[in-house]
Amino acid sequence: MSERPKLAVMKFASCDGCQLALLDLEDELLTVARAVQISHFAEASSHLEPGPYDLTLVEGSITTPEDRHRLLKLRADSKYLVTIGACATAGGIQALRNFADHDEFMRAVYARPDYIETLATSTPVAAHVKVDFELRGCPIDKYQLLEVIASLLAGHRPRTSTESVCQACKRRGTVCVVVTQNLPCLGPVTHSGCGAICPAYDRGCYGCFGPTVQPNTRALSDHVLLPRMASDQAALALHGINAYAPEFARGGQRLWQLAGLPKPLHPSLDASLETSLDTSLAASSATEPASS
Amino acid sequence: MSVNPSDRSIRVPILTRVEGEGSLLVKLRGRTVQDVQLVIFEPPRLFESLLRGRPYTDVADITARICGICPIAYQMTAVQALEAAFQTRVPGEIRALRRLMYCGEWIESHTLHVHLLQAPDLFDLNSGIELAERFPDVVKRGLRQKKLGNALLEALGGRAIHPVNLAVGGFYRLPKVSELAKLIPEFEWGLEAALETVRWVASLPLPEFDRPYDYVAIQHPDEYAIIEGDVVCSDGMRINHADYEAHFEEIQVPHSTALQSRRIPSGSTYFVGPLARINVSRDQMAEPARRIADEIGWQTPCYNPFHGIVARCLEVVHAFAEGLELLRSYRGGTLSRQKLQVRAGTGRAVTEAPRGLIYHRYEVAEDGSIQLAKIVPPTSQNQAQIEADLRVLLERRMDESDQVIAVECEKLIRNYDPCISCSTHFLKLRIERE
Repeated sequence: MSERPKLAVMKFASCDGCQLALLDLEDELLTVARAVQISHFAEASSHLEPGPYDLTLVEGSITTPEDRHRLLKLRADSKYLVTIGACATAGGIQALRNFADHDEFMRAVYARPDYIETLATSTPVAAHVKVDFELRGCPIDKYQLLEVIASLLAGHRPRTSTESVCQACKRRGTVCVVVTQNLPCLGPVTHSGCGAICPAYDRGCYGCFGPTVQPNTRALSDHVLLPRMASDQAALALHGINAYAPEFARGGQRLWQLAGLPKPLHPSLDASLETSLDTSLAASSATEPASS
Repeated sequence: MSVNPSDRSIRVPILTRVEGEGSLLVKLRGRTVQDVQLVIFEPPRLFESLLRGRPYTDVADITARICGICPIAYQMTAVQALEAAFQTRVPGEIRALRRLMYCGEWIESHTLHVHLLQAPDLFDLNSGIELAERFPDVVKRGLRQKKLGNALLEALGGRAIHPVNLAVGGFYRLPKVSELAKLIPEFEWGLEAALETVRWVASLPLPEFDRPYDYVAIQHPDEYAIIEGDVVCSDGMRINHADYEAHFEEIQVPHSTALQSRRIPSGSTYFVGPLARINVSRDQMAEPARRIADEIGWQTPCYNPFHGIVARCLEVVHAFAEGLELLRSYRGGTLSRQKLQVRAGTGRAVTEAPRGLIYHRYEVAEDGSIQLAKIVPPTSQNQAQIEADLRVLLERRMDESDQVIAVECEKLIRNYDPCISCSTHFLKLRIERE
C-alpha cells in the first residue's frame, strides 16, 4: 500500500480555486485517492507527511521571501513538480503589481504596510525553480488535471492541447463574437483548455488560460482590439489575469506605450521576462514534446 | 498523568481543512490565557489596489479571483454594488436567476465543508476520504449533492469555478429553458438527499460550547435573504445596507495580513455565517428546511458554533428547495442585460456568501472606471470572534494536553469555515506557555 505514488498539493499566493478543481472531481475523487497516496494536501486532510513526493502540484505565485524559500525546498523534495493555474504559471492577477508602484499599492489596502513582509513582485514558479509541466487556466480544467496526474504517474508527458481558444470555439459551434457582435476577443492568442466558454456566453474571451503557443499579440491588438476599443482599454485587456505571461506582458506594454501611458516592469523582472520569451519561442518550435 | 501548564511552548505546524493558510499563536502564562492570535499571513494580493483604473466591466472577473470556493459571492456583490452606482435595478426574472445561481454556490460550498472539511472532526478522522471508508454512502451522497451545485453554476455561469456569465445589469446570456429544465429531476433527488444528510448530522454527537453571540446577517421582508436585505443583528440592530460602514469597521492588527472587523462604537466582535442567518431568519426558510429542523428538534436561538454543521445542512435543504422552485418556474427571457447609464457615483451592496455577510463599495468615475474599491469578506468579520472563542475554549480546557488543546482549537476554527484565501497562508498553531 505504501507503494502508491505520493501526491502533494501546495499553495502559495492564490485563491484555492485550482486545488479545489481536484475536490470538484466528485465522481473520480475517491478513485484518485486510492490510486495515489495523498501525502500533503492541507485543504483536504489533516494527515500531512514531509517529502519526498512523487508528484507535487503547486498552486499560487511567489510574492514573499519566505515563499521563495519554501518553494526551493519543495522542488528538492519533488520528483515531478507541476504548476496548476495562472498564478503558479504566470504570476496571476496579483502580478499586475509588477507594472505598478508597489509601495503605493500596499498603502491603498493597509494602514500599516510595515507590518507586512511582501515582495514588490508576483512571479511564476518557473522563475525560481525547474517546472516539469505547466497546466494553464484560471481556473484549471479539472479533466486536464486528471490527465496530468494519470500521465505523469504512468511516466509519460500529459497530452493537453496547445491550440488557441478560436479553434475550440469553432469546434463548439459558436458563432464568432468578433465578426457578428463586433466584440473584442482574446481568443486568437489564448491557450485553449477552458472549452471556449466566453464566446458561448456572448462575450469575448478575456484570456484566463494565458497565451497560446506563438501568439501574435501584435496582430490581435492592431486588427481585433484597437478597431474596437481605445488603446488603454486594449492594454488592460492583455494585462488581466495573465498580465505577466511573457507575450501578454509585452503586448500590453506596447499598447500602454501607444496610449501614452508607459508601464515599465519592476526593474528586477525585465531580464527574466526576455529569457522566458526566448524559452517559449524555442519550446514552441519543437515538434515533439520531450519525454520526461 | 498531570499536565503542568506552565513554562511550555508547543508547536502544531499546520491547521488543515480550511481554505487558505494562516497560523494560530496561543500564549499561556500559568492558568491565564495571555494572548490568542489568529495569524493570517497569506500573502496579500492587493485586490483593492489593482482594481483601480479598471473598467467596471472587469470587476466581477477580477474579484472572483479572491476566492475559488465562493466566486459568486464576490461577483454578485460586485455587480450589484456597481448597479447601485449606476442607479439601475435589474428586472425580476434576472433577479430570480441570480438567486438561483447563489443557491448553486451555497450547495457546492456547504456540502464541501460538511463532508470533506468538518464531518471528519466528529470521528477524529483526518479527511473526507477517510470518512468515505467508514461512511461510503454518506460521502458519495454528499459529493453528488456538491456536483449538483456545480452543475447549476455551470449551466448559469459556464463553469463552476470563476464563472463567466454574471454582468453588471444582468447576465451576458440568459440560459436556455432546456439547460435548466434538465436539472429539475436532479434537484428533486438533491432535496431528498439533503434531508437525509440533515438526519445523519442530527444523529451525531456535537460538542457542547455555548457563548453569547451577536449574530449579524442580512434580512429581507419577502425571502430568506441571500442577495439583498437590511443588515440586522440578533441584539435588535437593523440598518440599511448602505450604512454598513457607519456600524462596522476594519482594523489592521500586526499579526495578520487580513483586516479584522469590529462593531462601532462598542468595538465588540460579531458572528456571520449560516448559524447567524438561521438565528435571525429561520421562519423565512423554505418549508422543507423548516420542517426538517422541527423534525430533528433543532432549537433556535442556538449559540453553539459546533452546530454550524447543522445550519449548513439546513441551508443546503433550503437551497435545493428554492432552487427547484426557481428551476421549475423558469420560462426563458428576452432581455439578458439592463441598459446602463454609466455615470460617476458610489455603489454599495451586501450579499450572503456561504461563509457569511460580504460587503462591497465602489467609487466609479464618469467613464465607468473604478476609482476606489472596498471589500469586506466574511472571514475578516469572523476573525476576531474566532479569537474570542478560542480564549474561552482555552480557559475551559487548560488542563488538557497541548496536543488535545491544539486539535480542539482547530475544530473550533473549522466551525466558521474560514476562507483564509479571502485574505491569507499556512495556518500553523503554536502554543507558548510561560
